Amino acid sequence: MQQALAATISILFDGVAYAMLLFIISVGLSITMGLMGFANLAHGAFAMMGGYALVSLMLTLSVPFLPALALAAVIVAIISIPFERFLYRKLYKSGELDQVLLSIGLVFMTTAAITYLYGPSTVSVPVPDFLTGQIDLGFSTFPTYRIFTIVVGFAMMIALWFGFERTIVGAKIRAAVDNRRMAQSIGIDVDKLFVLAFALGSGMAALGGGLAIEIIGMSPNFALTYLVFFLIVVAVGGLGSIRGAFVAALILGIIDTAGKYLWPDGGAFFIYALTVAILLVKPEGLFGKA
Amino acid sequence: MKFNRLLCGVASIVGLMAATANAETVKIGVVLTYSGGAAELGEQIDRGMNLFIDQNKDAFGGNEIELIKRDSKHPGGDIAKTAVQELITREKVDLLAGFIFSPNAMASAPVINQAKVPMIIMNAGTAWIPSLSPYIARVSFTMWQSGYPMGEYAAKDLGCKTAAVGFTDYPPGKDSRDAFSTGFEKFGGKIVESLPMGGPREVPDFTPFFQRVKNAKPDCFYIFVPAGNHAVSVVKTFTSLGMDEAGIKLIGPGDITQDTKLQEMPKEAAGMITMHHYSADYKTPANIAFVKAWKAAYGDDTIPDFMGVAGYDGMAAIAHAITAQNGKITADGTMKALAGWTFDSPRGKISIDPETRDIIQDENVHKVVWKDGRLGIEVIGTIPQVKDPCKANAIGKCAE
Amino acid sequence: MNGLENLRARSEAARAYFVARESWRWSEALPWVAAIAAFFVFPDYMALGTQILIAVIFALSLDLILGYAGIITLGHAAYFGAGAYATGMLSAHLGWGEPISAMLFGGLIAGLLGFVSGWVLLRYHGLTLLMLTLATAILLLEASNAAEHWTGGFDGLVGISIWPLFGVFENDLWGKTYYWYALGVLFLCFLCARRIVHSPFGRSLVGIKSNVARMHAVGTPVHFRLVAIYTISAAMAGIAGGLFAESNAYVTLDVLSFARSGAVLIMLVVGGVGRLYGAFLGPVVFLILEDELAKLSPEFWQFGIGLLLVVVVLFFRGGLLGAADALRDRLKRGRRP
Repeated sequence: MQQALAATISILFDGVAYAMLLFIISVGLSITMGLMGFANLAHGAFAMMGGYALVSLMLTLSVPFLPALALAAVIVAIISIPFERFLYRKLYKSGELDQVLLSIGLVFMTTAAITYLYGPSTVSVPVPDFLTGQIDLGFSTFPTYRIFTIVVGFAMMIALWFGFERTIVGAKIRAAVDNRRMAQSIGIDVDKLFVLAFALGSGMAALGGGLAIEIIGMSPNFALTYLVFFLIVVAVGGLGSIRGAFVAALILGIIDTAGKYLWPDGGAFFIYALTVAILLVKPEGLFGKA
Repeated sequence: MKFNRLLCGVASIVGLMAATANAETVKIGVVLTYSGGAAELGEQIDRGMNLFIDQNKDAFGGNEIELIKRDSKHPGGDIAKTAVQELITREKVDLLAGFIFSPNAMASAPVINQAKVPMIIMNAGTAWIPSLSPYIARVSFTMWQSGYPMGEYAAKDLGCKTAAVGFTDYPPGKDSRDAFSTGFEKFGGKIVESLPMGGPREVPDFTPFFQRVKNAKPDCFYIFVPAGNHAVSVVKTFTSLGMDEAGIKLIGPGDITQDTKLQEMPKEAAGMITMHHYSADYKTPANIAFVKAWKAAYGDDTIPDFMGVAGYDGMAAIAHAITAQNGKITADGTMKALAGWTFDSPRGKISIDPETRDIIQDENVHKVVWKDGRLGIEVIGTIPQVKDPCKANAIGKCAE
Repeated sequence: MNGLENLRARSEAARAYFVARESWRWSEALPWVAAIAAFFVFPDYMALGTQILIAVIFALSLDLILGYAGIITLGHAAYFGAGAYATGMLSAHLGWGEPISAMLFGGLIAGLLGFVSGWVLLRYHGLTLLMLTLATAILLLEASNAAEHWTGGFDGLVGISIWPLFGVFENDLWGKTYYWYALGVLFLCFLCARRIVHSPFGRSLVGIKSNVARMHAVGTPVHFRLVAIYTISAAMAGIAGGLFAESNAYVTLDVLSFARSGAVLIMLVVGGVGRLYGAFLGPVVFLILEDELAKLSPEFWQFGIGLLLVVVVLFFRGGLLGAADALRDRLKRGRRP
């Protein structure tokens, strides 16, 4: 009984920490796909850029961890704007195939560039002391860094909810996601909104990428390896839904962790079976609009 | 028609003194991972080979050698096999060398067998590989050479009554698991968990696997993962989950405490015990000279590890085979030349077992220590001239 | 009277147009002549040549669904891999190594898989379909990995031993026998594809791609047609996979990977989607360049492919064939007074 309880707590905790990473990175993709319907497979590349920006800031410029994390997010958000303006914008009216191909092309270019600049191995950053070690919560000890990740994830969720439900800009974005033409016809500048959403999404992805270094590792292959997971979070959660991304990330994170824990031989299987099952029944995702 | 000359890709030509009119150009096909996550491993072996060549220009009996390199990219075996086929048919190589990952060596074995081209393995450690073809010789190590004695050491000297085993799910991983489990159980230990931990290509998130081991509360946790990125992630996950404080000892073959990756590991790695045949920190005169030559050739911030030494020793073996055959290489002739060959390697005395065509070397008990502001390796025990226990005891596939 | 004559004349002209499109042109002999010539000019490269031919068959199968029916899939390797494993396991576990029947078996299994998955998945569109095809392929990969006992898992399927073709032609190290074998299979697959594309069935697929609603309106059984072409495409991909297993005598989980699905998509797009010969040009150009350039610097190669994709999508929608056509039109226009 003790064993089962310990196992359950471990799975939940690790699963939620992993889920928070997925959420932070993917929520931006959900918003932009819901807003502009652009199948962007290069979203993970921004997360990757964030991770490497963090590495450069900390190791080359000796910026401390927390400020570097925030700075990396801002830098990548700014870098993402020309991508949207000069590349993505040209394909809004095109079909999925063109969008998929363009974004795959961008992932390849980013991966190659990062391999060239930083080498092919995984990278590390020196995590500050107050984030290392364990915290004793009485019944079990938990790694501090993962608790930190969970806290950041929840904080992000609350901030985004607040931003989308309680601000004018949030209302505009929600309107444009629901019905773009209608939003445009009542005078909402959808183009500007999209740049904003894109930059925000990319910045958050970068933040997630920086956090991910210590948990799932960061290498030039990151964007391609985790691409499927980000897409699953978005598709299962429903395009344009923050709540959907959060719930989908939790499901994905916990099921994946549970699968590996309980069935190391073939645990990765479950998450894909679950994805197919959910999409067959609800093709628009759990919280998407039909 | 020599189209292959033009389209050769990465080829490096080493000119040696053509002392006699009988001097041959021996073509050596080198198959290593030069790209992707394991690129540093390929670089190590490559550097080791080139260091030997630079230092011993007259070891090749007056013959010229030409290294023709191919990238096997990943441990899948398919690209390596195609590369080997290409090297044999297109480039017409006399010898094959390299092979970091066991699946690559295993997939290529039928090809070299059919074409009768000798293969010198400079890393791939699955014990039964030499039985796949009579033309394979290995200068690196076998998983059993490190795993089996580690099992004995853990049961007898470390006082571990129970152990958990974690391994990457591919032939060397399973081999290492078998080696350790056999040794450990033979000396009274009990294996409580045996977990495959994902594939060799991508570094998985080890957390769920380690968490499960932590909850099982073993005395020792033996791990085998491919050298490189996997090993760093293993140690990080181990420390971040506080398994050390929980009283679990992290042990394994020296692949997980590779010199080149040690510096990326957290300070908490100190205290790990591994069983291996080489560390750059060895204080023998031969090794001190080797490390010095390495740094002189490749930079003061570089360091050789067991792969670099394998490349170096492997090239020494090849040089011996070339000289013995006067530059006219045949598969049988090469194997005959290497049978019983001995060498004073930076790792100590090594030799090739004439019966198994596999390496015989000392195994040392390594302890990771924090010394002089960095992580380093200290030798706390030695088992001399270990023959591969798998073949010696004819266990499983080694019996074939 | 006049109106009827006009109508008849115009329908005659239309018929002549379609007949002209469908009939063989002299330029179509080029790729085949080139393939035959390659055997004599580059005898040492036949192993690479065989793999290129296999990739062409695979790309051709993708072209049928992507170029003509407009089905976008990121998981076509599922069928390639299914064929490869089916053929491989037939030999490794059941000892049946007759090459042609084993390859056809691979095609059969892949076709069955295609039929079942197509029936379920082709009711969906857009991002959902994309995700479903991707997830299905990965599911198959993970399932194959879990079924280690059958497939060999990460270690790969060993023990594949293929009997000589027609009892006489052994697969040699140089890959010469298999080059002709693959070329023969490609020719037959191409004939099949060409027939389909020029048939009313094939025309209806193009109609479905451009305007589904209209096709529904004229009473076309859309779903059935899509499933039919998807099944045929899967079977062809499975045949390519079977050839792959036979020529390499080794199958790893790679055959089912997202990387392989992505690679065939890229090859087809570079060659020219929606053109049968695009499936020829793409893999030839891509694999030859990769063979030569990737060795020099893997990073530059990857960057180059990414850049090529971006450029093709933004400027050369029709791939290389499309660009060649545009160039030819330009020259023609230039010559007219």
